[in-house]
Amino acid sequence: MEGEVSVTHGRYKGAHMKLKQIAIVSGKGGTGKTTVTASFAALAHDIVVADCDVDAPDLHMLLHPQKIRTQEFKGSKLAVIDRSKCTECASCKNSCRFHAIDDRLQIDPFYCEGCGVCAFVCPEEAISLNERISGYAFISKTKYGTMSHARLNPGEANSGKLVTLVRHNARQIAEEENRELILIDGPPGIGCPVIASVTGVDVGLIITEPTLSGIHDLDRVLRLLDHFNIPPLVCINRYDINRKNTDRIVKFCEKSKVEVAGKIPFDPVVTRAMVAGKTIVEYSPENIASQEIETTWKKVLSASKMC
Amino acid sequence: MIMSIASGKGGTGKTSVAVNMALSLGNVQLLDCDVEEPNAHILLQPKMIKTKPVYVSTPMVNEEKCDHCGKCADFCQYNALFVTSEKVLFFPELCHGCGGCAIVCPKDAIREENVEIGVIKMGMANGVELVYGELNVGEPMAVPVIKEVKKLVKKNKTVIIDSPPGTSCPVIESVYGSDYCILVSEPTPFGLYDLEITVEVLEKINIPFGVIVNRAGIGDRKIYDYCKEKGAPILLEIPFKREIAELYSDGIPFVAEMPKWKEKFQLLMDDIKGRI
Repeated sequence: MEGEVSVTHGRYKGAHMKLKQIAIVSGKGGTGKTTVTASFAALAHDIVVADCDVDAPDLHMLLHPQKIRTQEFKGSKLAVIDRSKCTECASCKNSCRFHAIDDRLQIDPFYCEGCGVCAFVCPEEAISLNERISGYAFISKTKYGTMSHARLNPGEANSGKLVTLVRHNARQIAEEENRELILIDGPPGIGCPVIASVTGVDVGLIITEPTLSGIHDLDRVLRLLDHFNIPPLVCINRYDINRKNTDRIVKFCEKSKVEVAGKIPFDPVVTRAMVAGKTIVEYSPENIASQEIETTWKKVLSASKMC
Repeated sequence: MIMSIASGKGGTGKTSVAVNMALSLGNVQLLDCDVEEPNAHILLQPKMIKTKPVYVSTPMVNEEKCDHCGKCADFCQYNALFVTSEKVLFFPELCHGCGGCAIVCPKDAIREENVEIGVIKMGMANGVELVYGELNVGEPMAVPVIKEVKKLVKKNKTVIIDSPPGTSCPVIESVYGSDYCILVSEPTPFGLYDLEITVEVLEKINIPFGVIVNRAGIGDRKIYDYCKEKGAPILLEIPFKREIAELYSDGIPFVAEMPKWKEKFQLLMDDIKGRI
């Protein structure tokens, strides 16, 4: 009976509430995005998790997904020269903007972006574009909810497109399962995969650290969120490594009118939890770092509801 | 000789290794190819000599000449153009700048224009010649900026390339053509997993590599087992020390305060030269 009631309740809410999306980003790598995202997944209820760091995904090591669906990702094409037709006129080489064709008219798969200009200019029609599998997208079950994730083949281009697929899958699952929230673990940087991870989300939580590099990168990723009109929140990880810099971040956020939603202390237990393959909030719930992550989560959640 | 520094996972200490190594060796060129979030200049505080904009070409459609045949949109592999019966819509964030639309247009209605997407900065600091790129905030394409940074490689010098995190196109662009690659990792499950996928990349493009274990002492020993199994040499271990972390947080390269590390980096360089 109880199960039935909750299903009905879920449907009722789902029909009236808009799906919310929260992205965890950082600019600088290694500030703790995945550690925080995994903990949020453990603290949240009824969510869909999306790992959008498709070229170095790590979230699966804490959430232990069981794959239920695998999808080929054909992100780009690759030009192939038919040697029997080629007259070595080098028109292809001369018109390739990506310098993917060398003097021997060999195509370098790492440089070829599959644009098709070479095939168009070839007078002998000796070049064709072949589809290549650039990676795989997965839908998996975890004990925290359904997870959408992917794996870009090493060295492939178009990670932004794969991120878009991961987010598309996440939205589809959210609709099917009547979920209200998608939690997105973003990649580092500010380029195409990050832009693909954050466009249209309701809140962008920036995980930073009190280092000069962290501050520099925070400023850039904050401007990125501003550029795409995404409400930001900031969380300072390992804040006690340099309290002076933490103060600078707090002041900078005050000036920029951005809320600091949390300050997580440095604690080796966070690494031990990772080694154990567990989220810190489950591995050591009474630890201050865990409690601070929980406080941050509550603030992020309420910010997402205000949007 | 060109030596690149990569990692897969972010925040493992690539920039720290690149800068400390450059300062230890002296008379080197350091290229910071992490154009999305460049940090080497924060540690080096170079005197800037020159700044140069980076442009990519994007199509401009002359609506007067255009008859909306749609050939440009059909050709574009990236869906950057959409042609309606009255208008051509262009999505610059999807454009790779291949120039194909201008070539296929039968009405000669597409002209390419240069649009600035970032800058290259060049300067000197303590005998290190620093070149770094900065992608403009909101621009998606890092690779054209990385290409411009790499054009400034001085082959007669020792060149150290600091690459971005990840394993996709910006990383390939950064490490391509280097004689050796140092992979900086940390002894944690995330560090190991991302190291493994970066090794796959390097094996594909045939660049010899070795590993620096940073923050040695935290986490577990699995990275050592992996390196042994792979036959990947562990070039150096940098222990986890709060002192090193604090110096980094204040933007101070640790060799400046811990000079014995200079010698370690010099020996490391000799070691790598012997391996190539």
